[in-house]
Amino acid sequence: MKASAGGYARARDLSHALDLLADADGMGRVLAGGQSLIAAMNMRLSTGDMLVDISRISDLSGVSVQGRRLRIGALTRHAELGRDALIARHAPLLAQAVNHIAHAAIRNRGTIGGALAHADPAAEFPACVLALDAVLHLEGPEGSREVRAEDFFVDVFETAIAEGEILTAISMPLAEPDEVQMLKEVARRSGDYALAGLCFVRRAGGVRLSVLGAGSTPLLARAAMARLDMEDIGGAVAALRGELNPPSDTQATAAYRRHIAGVLLRRIWEEIGGESA
Amino acid sequence: MTISFGNPDRPNSYIGKTVPRPNAGRLVEGRGHYVDDMTLPRMVHVVFVRSPFAHARIKGIEAADALAVKGVLRVFTGADIAKVCTPWVAVLAHLKGLKSPPEHAIAVDRACWVGEPVAAVVATSRAAAEDGAALVEVDFYPLPVTGDMMTALDADTPVLHADMGDNLAFRREHHEGDVDAVMAGAHKVVSARFKTARHTGVTLEPRSILVDWNGAEGQLTAWHATQAPHMIQSVLAQHLGLEEGRVRVICGDVGGSYGIKVHVYPDEVATAAIAKIMGRPVKFIADRLESFTTDIHARDHEIRAKIAVDETGKILAFDIDDWTAIGAYSVYPRTSAIEGNQVVNLCGGPYDFSDYRAKTTVVFQNKTPTCQYRAVGHPIAVAVTEGLVDMAAAELGMDPVAIRRRNMYADDCYPVTSPAKMRFEGLSHHASMDTLVALMDYDGLRLEQAEMRAKGIYRGIGIASFIELTNPSPFMYGIGGARISAQDGCTVRMDPDGSLVALSGVTEQGQGTEAMLSQIVAEGVGVSPSRVRVITGDTQVTPYGGGTWASRGAGIGGEAALQAALALKASILEVAASMLQAQAKALDIRDGKVVDADSGAERLALEELGRIVYFRGDTLPKGLPRELVQTRHFITSEYPFAFTNGVQASYLEVDTDTGIVKLLKHWCVEDCGRIINPQLVDEQIRGGIVQGLGGALYEEIHYDAEGQLLNGSMADYLVPMAGEMPDMVIGHVETPTMESTLGAKGAGEAGTAGAPAAVMNAINDALRGLGAQVTEMPFTPERILRALGKIED
Repeated sequence: MKASAGGYARARDLSHALDLLADADGMGRVLAGGQSLIAAMNMRLSTGDMLVDISRISDLSGVSVQGRRLRIGALTRHAELGRDALIARHAPLLAQAVNHIAHAAIRNRGTIGGALAHADPAAEFPACVLALDAVLHLEGPEGSREVRAEDFFVDVFETAIAEGEILTAISMPLAEPDEVQMLKEVARRSGDYALAGLCFVRRAGGVRLSVLGAGSTPLLARAAMARLDMEDIGGAVAALRGELNPPSDTQATAAYRRHIAGVLLRRIWEEIGGESA
Repeated sequence: MTISFGNPDRPNSYIGKTVPRPNAGRLVEGRGHYVDDMTLPRMVHVVFVRSPFAHARIKGIEAADALAVKGVLRVFTGADIAKVCTPWVAVLAHLKGLKSPPEHAIAVDRACWVGEPVAAVVATSRAAAEDGAALVEVDFYPLPVTGDMMTALDADTPVLHADMGDNLAFRREHHEGDVDAVMAGAHKVVSARFKTARHTGVTLEPRSILVDWNGAEGQLTAWHATQAPHMIQSVLAQHLGLEEGRVRVICGDVGGSYGIKVHVYPDEVATAAIAKIMGRPVKFIADRLESFTTDIHARDHEIRAKIAVDETGKILAFDIDDWTAIGAYSVYPRTSAIEGNQVVNLCGGPYDFSDYRAKTTVVFQNKTPTCQYRAVGHPIAVAVTEGLVDMAAAELGMDPVAIRRRNMYADDCYPVTSPAKMRFEGLSHHASMDTLVALMDYDGLRLEQAEMRAKGIYRGIGIASFIELTNPSPFMYGIGGARISAQDGCTVRMDPDGSLVALSGVTEQGQGTEAMLSQIVAEGVGVSPSRVRVITGDTQVTPYGGGTWASRGAGIGGEAALQAALALKASILEVAASMLQAQAKALDIRDGKVVDADSGAERLALEELGRIVYFRGDTLPKGLPRELVQTRHFITSEYPFAFTNGVQASYLEVDTDTGIVKLLKHWCVEDCGRIINPQLVDEQIRGGIVQGLGGALYEEIHYDAEGQLLNGSMADYLVPMAGEMPDMVIGHVETPTMESTLGAKGAGEAGTAGAPAAVMNAINDALRGLGAQVTEMPFTPERILRALGKIED
């Protein structure tokens, strides 16, 4: 199929992009790496979009340490994150995630901001920012605001980004010296969306565990987290399976996904040297 | 003339060697020429409005809004097309009882599967045609959907085609001996139920056709991505009311076929009809969603099967009950009964046993039609046979290799006729198995497997012997009344510079046909392959032929090329003998030069001979034959098919907590007779294995109960990809067919035939002892965990 776009404009800078979105009569769509949006347009799943191309806005890209937090520009590409020294040191979960995201051609173009704004519940980055307790920075006609990852993901492909707003950056606390960050998932083929996956973070404040591919949004597994804080892996696995509501589709049933989530949690626990009782 | 294939040092010894592919550089530089690369003056694009319902009456079509779209020129309904294009009925006389209703290029008043064309929109661009198609309003009245295969013949299941009386398309039962009596008295009888999933071929280049009607010439020209240009010529002529000679089919580069592009598709015929109506070139290129919903599907089978063995592991009988559902119509003109028929023909294939019963039941349903796809029926028959043999071995406590050696036809028993009445000219099951066991270090691998098991790692080894049907004679289609040539031809000519042009009726799909032909012609005449240009795929240019399917390109097309080349060599030598005042039999052609056969001393360069013949023919004796062009055709006559054989092995690891299978290594030893180009053969085997592994682990088309296709994208229909593919070791045994000088049999489908069975047996080998067994493909992580009883619903 051939895409049927309503229009296209390339933004010079952020304020230009916000103006273009404001002028789009509700049909504005932010184009970043295009790895999900263009595919959807080419299947005419999305038509009439007024594309606002932000990909040339250079100050929306790059990784920096700002005080006690790591800040990632929304246009930073997956491949760049995968080889970034600051990411490797302060948010290794994201570097692990990159290895599971699609294939090289997609990682070279896709951006973290695009992936988060797209909010595919089976994608890695949404679950990662949830586990990392990140903050998402939004810019809109009314100014800027921040949304915690826990409040950001609303439904399948739906986020807290309001009409006319652009996701500009993601920030998160720097990993503590003893912090454990680990991503494990099961996919049919390398690069496929996971049938289920876990993002595990253990820091002084406690364990954070998020699940991808197991519901309409990435899920923070609070009941399992509480059990893990008590070093109760058996209880955590049971709790995790209980709080998931994964989909059944042509790849696997909900029952399989629930089972796998528990298997992955046990494997993470064993790998970090936890008691397996 | 003959060739001493046994002597690797013979002159011009290109047959049997890996030589460069003449079209490879062009293709990798992006200079391939596919249908979609073509733009003709006044060309327009057609897009099809397709049924969103699996079964619905078409009560009306309103096109006014579509016609108002800028760029949209015409909207055609089924009735519009039916005025210039007759419907077809895909039955063949030798498939007794096969029935199928008339099928129109565009559905006339009833749509029978999701994706069936119900209207066509023609516009100046594909995008405009899509805009128009979205605005065509079709008033559908949904009808009851027949989806499930096993209940299709039940009394309370709606009959899809009322005129047919029931949903049975075809049934065949073959019974040899007395299976019931043998089963009743056997030491062990093992039974199992197998399922193979609905697949499609997923060609890189989608189906593509560009058709122009030139009224002034009275000629229809179709540029078509096809495997069988002459068959398409015949079909377009017949259904558009033209003489065959007024239809020209040109097939340039093709980006993969796998059987998908050997069939007649309604939308492609409609494109030709529209070109004839509009008198201008019309292009249709399927997009990926259309590929999933309208390319033929295949392999949707469910089989209940039994094997009987005695105490020593001797196979006594097989009893096979195969069911398959073929969608809404039998596919034209090869029909959709062939796959089930092949299952009946091929089960038990490698084994010397006497009592055999096999039945196939082929039913209609409201899904995309199925038809022949690479290795037609073989992966099903091999999985059933080899699965049962392994289960019997396990019951008896026998090693899987030992039970096969106990039962395979002896290498010196040929010719022999199997219980399925297949005639084998010469096979090498035991030599192939010996080669495989050595290649893979079978005993060493068993030790490694046991060591890993002790560490809680579940690895499995799976073996699958197989036979493959290649080089088909008219017994495959022609005797049933189809205008599909089993014969093929080749014309070879020498031009003044001493270079050769070969015109062949077999086609290049990207697999290297032209390389194979160039080296045969080069050796046959006595020049370097770089001096041979090969032309294929043009019905007005090449000799009449069948094209490329059923692994016939090398065995049939190659032999025609060899005979034409040898004939041209004789013609050249006759002229040379006259010029050199020598005996033709004392001369030879080596590396583009006429030489003394005994000494090898150069006598005359071919370009000098060409100069004399073409420009100074006055200096040659009057009456000397000087036709430096020869055509030969070849058809097999002794055997209906040239069977090949081989054996594959898979080594893999099963994660018993996640159900994920990791393929560690794969082996295939194959006997395709004379090997023309070892690299091309090995890559055919590897590519075929990959497709077989796809069927074993990944590929499955899903429909819901309403007949909606659920996974029509590359994200949801999983094809095998490089990351998961194991190293593959390929070995060969060569048993040339005596039907031809060349001795080549086919190699294109062997990999696909055996790989799924090898993987299934390896998984079950890994799971043996855990009380789990899988027989339903693909072996998804979930199916494996369910077999292990690990999933709580």
